[in-house]
Amino acid sequence: MTKIGRITKISGPVVQAEGVAGLEMHELTMVGNEELIGEVVRVEGDLATIQVYEDTAGLKLGEPVKGSGMPLAVELGPGLLESIFDGIQRPLTVIRDATGDFVKRGVKATALPRDKKWHFVPLKKIGDYASPGSIIGKVQETPLLEHRILVPPNREGKIEFIFEEGEYKIEDCIAKLSRDGEIYELKMYHKWPVRKPRPYIERLEPSEPVITGQRIIDMFFPVAKGGAVSIPGGFGTGKTITSHQLAAWSDCEVIVYIGCGERGNEMTEVLINFPEWKDPRSGRPLMERTVLIANTSNMPVAAREASIYTGVTIAEYFRDMGYNVGVMADSTSRWAEALREISGRLEEMPAEEGYPSYLASRLGEFYERAGRVKSLSGLYGSVTLVGAVSPPGGDFSEPVTVHTKRFVRAFWALDSALASMRHYPAINWLTSYSEYTDYVEKWWNERTNGKWKELRLKALDILKKEDDLKEVIRLVGIESLPETEKLIMETARLLREGFLQQNAYDPVDTYSSPEKQFKLLSAILQFHEMALRAISKGVPVAKISSLPSVTDLAKVRMSIPNEKAEEIDRFLERIQNDIKRLTGEGV
Amino acid sequence: MTASVEYRSVQKISGPLIFVEGVSDVGFNEMVEVRDAEGGLRRGRVLEINRGVAAVEVFEGTTGLSTTSTSVRFLGKPLTIPLSTEMLGRVFNGLGEPIDGGPAPFTEEYRDVNGLPMNPYSRDYPTQFIQTGISAIDGMDTLVRGQKLPIFSGSGLPHNLLATQIARQATIVGEEVSFAVVFVAMGIKHDEAAFFKRSFEESGALKNSAIFLNLADDPPVERLVTPRSALTLAEYLAFEQDMHVLVILTDMTNYAEALREISAAREEVPSRKGYPGYMYSDFASIYERAGRIKGRKGSITQMPVLTMPNDDITHPIPDLTGYITEGQIVLDRDLHRRGIYPPINILPSLSRLMKDGIGKGKTREDHGPVASQLYSAYARAQELRSLSAIIGEEGLTEKDRAYLRFGDSFERKFLSQGIDENRSLETTLALAWEQLSLLPETELTRIPDRFVKMYYKRT
Repeated sequence: MTKIGRITKISGPVVQAEGVAGLEMHELTMVGNEELIGEVVRVEGDLATIQVYEDTAGLKLGEPVKGSGMPLAVELGPGLLESIFDGIQRPLTVIRDATGDFVKRGVKATALPRDKKWHFVPLKKIGDYASPGSIIGKVQETPLLEHRILVPPNREGKIEFIFEEGEYKIEDCIAKLSRDGEIYELKMYHKWPVRKPRPYIERLEPSEPVITGQRIIDMFFPVAKGGAVSIPGGFGTGKTITSHQLAAWSDCEVIVYIGCGERGNEMTEVLINFPEWKDPRSGRPLMERTVLIANTSNMPVAAREASIYTGVTIAEYFRDMGYNVGVMADSTSRWAEALREISGRLEEMPAEEGYPSYLASRLGEFYERAGRVKSLSGLYGSVTLVGAVSPPGGDFSEPVTVHTKRFVRAFWALDSALASMRHYPAINWLTSYSEYTDYVEKWWNERTNGKWKELRLKALDILKKEDDLKEVIRLVGIESLPETEKLIMETARLLREGFLQQNAYDPVDTYSSPEKQFKLLSAILQFHEMALRAISKGVPVAKISSLPSVTDLAKVRMSIPNEKAEEIDRFLERIQNDIKRLTGEGV
Repeated sequence: MTASVEYRSVQKISGPLIFVEGVSDVGFNEMVEVRDAEGGLRRGRVLEINRGVAAVEVFEGTTGLSTTSTSVRFLGKPLTIPLSTEMLGRVFNGLGEPIDGGPAPFTEEYRDVNGLPMNPYSRDYPTQFIQTGISAIDGMDTLVRGQKLPIFSGSGLPHNLLATQIARQATIVGEEVSFAVVFVAMGIKHDEAAFFKRSFEESGALKNSAIFLNLADDPPVERLVTPRSALTLAEYLAFEQDMHVLVILTDMTNYAEALREISAAREEVPSRKGYPGYMYSDFASIYERAGRIKGRKGSITQMPVLTMPNDDITHPIPDLTGYITEGQIVLDRDLHRRGIYPPINILPSLSRLMKDGIGKGKTREDHGPVASQLYSAYARAQELRSLSAIIGEEGLTEKDRAYLRFGDSFERKFLSQGIDENRSLETTLALAWEQLSLLPETELTRIPDRFVKMYYKRT
């Protein structure tokens, strides 16, 4: 296996070596004298083509290439949370200690800390049978998360020995399994190849929504736990802020945030905010449930391609412990471009816009790793994938957006017209959709007296009518509309400004509890009903809309916090009284 | 490294590239010396090595090279430039050699022009407000230290004027620090370069500036190195010498054209509009060299200028730039036509880092809400402008007419300013409130009431 080949070609991140017969596809290789990390992407006879995850400048012809006998894999065990890794799971903190503030190549780093001790509690005893993927113990990794120690999915056996509760390092052998006379030493971590989905017992249909605290998402275009969503948008439309908001407020137990080919400062922002921001359910710092993967746009391009797989494999691992995991990948377009760049260097025949013809199947494979499953441990878990897409020129007909649409069931279309009006989140309510509404309807209806569906359809209907009326107004002006249609415009405005817009930087508005979301939406729609009655009694819309209580309705999202959601009811009473005064029914 | 082999085996010359046969011990990306028939020395860089053939891009171009009389030496090291603080006040070519007639500056160290990616974990988040003295920027698209904020312009628009005004006026209020400007000209015309030099000289800024010039008739391959040389100096000044460095890169469109030219010569598979598929990564390797580092005093703030081909913001050059930079300042031909300087169209303009650089303790507490209100009011005014063009002003309500008055006044009084007018933030915000006061008080829904009480002027 330790056959040494020689470099015969170097083109950017792609290297060719000869004399390496026997190297496997996707095998991890050490390239050059500095042993840069690479992965085999093509094999022809004793020639192999390797994509290198580090800068190849200075690499020379004739330098050695060695296989490792292993595919590119990640380490899975305690120490994942609160970490920031590069695309191939090297901790950026370790890289900084090794090479300073700028990333140099050739750093050898293990993903998980070897010297840290974890408090291990065994959950099985000697003589028990440990099936593949089952839980044999636990470690409280952070106050927010109990890390369940899993038997690797490809191992099983009778427990011959297991440690008692105590402090251990991850390299310690905590248990021994025997099967067919062979002994397997179990550690608190195991490795898993990133390109191979982790096995499970069965896949289940999604049933519960991910509560994101973002009103337009939860109410209008929900995503279910185990679902796959795409957020496409041109630059400046807020993909990253939306991804950050989801990572911060989603009610998942674990978040894996992949910064794929994006800005360095954005990762820094997460690193600064997440230790400070508190999880709305537990009050603990958000960082305690978060794993960050950063391959910024100026880091090696091949590692960008790997970062997506590194992230989703870590997510599947937590899923297998019985957790709901959210993965935010920002941006999948950079991943696709990395694929294109490597493909170009391999001189493959391009399909659309220079992308390789296998772009669609790679996207499909990636999004299929989302799902709600019964895991090997018997517990139910899910991986929800949210992929940002950066279409060139904001054009949704480009290959990455088009192919992604085939594999996701919710689509949050960011709109640059909304963004330039500073309407955030700039999710366009006319072009976005979610196929998960039917799955999550039951969950919502149980909490809203069965009114969720009716309410959201009614609100969407008003917004649709507003869009139609806008065309008319453009031709004849608003003054020539009948009063009921003027009211549609007014209610739609309230929906836009008072419900759909949500300020990520406002401490109250940034997260809306499901209760507040529902009350707010129903308040605006009840206002609509009250105003309709008033109009029928001859009150002009202008009078209603200039009522201070109505103007203030647009600000309720910021003025009434989640804990006091019932104040929205009283606010509505105020409006009701004001309107009654206009119709002469008031006191 | 001087004892390296000299090859006389140039097999093919294509555009700016030469292909050398039978090479060994050659490294990817290493520096090359090319000697032509007359003995003239040119420099180049290894782009690809395949078996025994090295593809070399020649910075000075391939005119006059032949397959028979050209000799090539590989230097065994990457392209480096000499660095020192003495480079301030001087003018260089793209490879960092002085071209102002003066002697070569004293060299403190050599560095690889390609730099290294900053570890995201080491970055410090930019939060300090830079006052440019320009209302549209300070008030609505605030620049912060360590940010990369490009100017998206078009041919014939006054982006050079604006860039020099910013370079002259940029300050951190209430702070005396060492400040330097690194000015990078890529493929611009001689007279434009002369304009920049003159304006730096006149304002006295030249002594704190280093100028890197690669003009329109200089070789395109050198254009690809120019920003990297300049940013290597900027990194040295910022992170070794504790200086706050403003880097102005103009014009990124010419840079991208050079990139496409080289890519085509290499016969690479093109992506959009013939630009190479790696243009995003290539841009990022320039733009991401802005920032701050924890525990170090200096900073690099970048202001790239680009002219959008045919004013098209969806063209790959502005598009890929916008995906990497932290916002954009967009110049508008219509405003320019109406004599408004600077013709900044605030609607598509954005500063992503603004939110962290303004507000209480940094600028003023009402800054954020005021900017937000100005945006939405101006957007509304623009909408009503096109509406009134169809149905006439009579079809509008009184409130709508107030928006139209706001829109006009905003452009004439807030956006417009002199090319030497350096407005304080207080002046900018006072002007902002003056415009907002043209609207009924009830329209200010984005501003908390206490600020409205404090600043709104009832008429």
